[in-house]
Amino acid sequence: MQTKDELITTLKKIVKPYVQDEQAFEHVTESTDFINDLKINSANLVDIALDVEEEFDIVIDNEAMERMLTVGSSMDVITRKLAEKA
Amino acid sequence: MRNRVVITGLGVTAPNAVGIPSFLEAIQAGRSGIVFQPDLAELKFSCQIGGIPPVTDSIKNQYFSELQLRQLNSSGIVYGVIAGMEAWQNAGLPVATDEPDWDSGIVFGTGMLGVDKFRESIYKVDEGQVRRLGSTVVIQTMTSGVSAFLGGIIGCGNQLSANSSACATGTEALLLGYERIANGQAKRVLAGSCSDHGPYIWGGFDAMRVMPYQFNNDPERASRPLSATASGFVPGSGAGALVLESLESALERKATIYAEMLGGHQNSGGQRGGGSMTAPNAHAVKRCIQQAIKLAGIQPDDIDIIDGHLTATIKDSAEVTAWCEALGRRGADFPYINSLKSMVGHCLSAAGSIECVASVLELHNGFVYPSINCEDLHPEISALIAPERIPQRVIKQNSTVLAKANFGFGDVNACVILKTFYQ
Repeated sequence: MQTKDELITTLKKIVKPYVQDEQAFEHVTESTDFINDLKINSANLVDIALDVEEEFDIVIDNEAMERMLTVGSSMDVITRKLAEKA
Repeated sequence: MRNRVVITGLGVTAPNAVGIPSFLEAIQAGRSGIVFQPDLAELKFSCQIGGIPPVTDSIKNQYFSELQLRQLNSSGIVYGVIAGMEAWQNAGLPVATDEPDWDSGIVFGTGMLGVDKFRESIYKVDEGQVRRLGSTVVIQTMTSGVSAFLGGIIGCGNQLSANSSACATGTEALLLGYERIANGQAKRVLAGSCSDHGPYIWGGFDAMRVMPYQFNNDPERASRPLSATASGFVPGSGAGALVLESLESALERKATIYAEMLGGHQNSGGQRGGGSMTAPNAHAVKRCIQQAIKLAGIQPDDIDIIDGHLTATIKDSAEVTAWCEALGRRGADFPYINSLKSMVGHCLSAAGSIECVASVLELHNGFVYPSINCEDLHPEISALIAPERIPQRVIKQNSTVLAKANFGFGDVNACVILKTFYQ
């Protein structure tokens, strides 16, 4: 299991291609909002979820996907799914 | 009072060249872009050659963002966006900042868009993996995909649309843009069309046995419009784009004016009188040309160059007959006539726009490009027009009026009249 810092780093790597506000991206925290802060196109949230699935080898259901709007909530979803898997 | 419409920007992604400077050089040199296509051979196509624009990764990176390139598997969008953006930049037009440019629109047609992307999705859907399609399937396969991409990059605030009329699509896009500007509904329209490449686009034609199978070892000689040994059309792909603009707006911006568009006409033969789903009604073709001439306010004798549809099938002589009858000109009195398809093949829904770009270049740069591979003119054609009216080599000459026509499945016809712009 990755530490919190490692998880943020991995998530940042996944999110990076979709980010439209590079400045906000430099100061990512758990409360950073994908759409409002990073200006990610809402259509790309499904692509982020798919990339997360691939990276962590987990399945994100629709309900979990709807919650993945911030860095923190995404980390939470990933941690839970990994725990379910273990 | 209708607005006069001029052409102020050009862009092209063609099998023999990407970008206007190299396209200009290629068509003057009579350079073929037709090559052997190993995938067609592997898939047991009869015709194993085709024309695919040489788009490199560095060209793609010039026109697309990293995000746009992710999961991009729609060749029509690649060709359309490159040609469209080249035309826009070539016209010296800016990209909108916050406020959309309400006076600029886009009409960018196609036949089928993103067939490779669609194939990829069909496999996933059939495997029960619809949730793994990602967000890019719709935008890469919707018919208006190129208009949507370009509209976003440029920030167009006028009409954004896509037309489709088989092989007349590109010429039709020009006519639609022309009307919108002439009627005062837009100041600028980026008009063009594209076609995907590959076995899924071309297969249906191979099955119809309308493509040549005799030249798989000699691709550059395969596309033979006007020739006695023409044996079918060679499939091509790509995109052409033209910025149409009201004369007033062009003069105001002090833009380079490549040519004036005098107008044109579109009709259908109704699949009557010899016309069918796949063959033109000769009377309708003639009528389309005559109406275009009338609406453009010129005389048949004014025409210096005909840029034909001329696909290299048995229908070439019927087309030349229609031009002779429509213009009342034949023999040595006939205008120059050529077919770009001799170099790039039949680019299907992209044909009209790529060929219109070539036509405008001929007027602006004072030349007539060679129609290659017709050293053995079809006897029915040489009986109608003097052989020297079909240039075998580039002819340097200033011309004034050019007629451009394309015909498509569904028995549809489109003809536009272009004129050199004199200040």
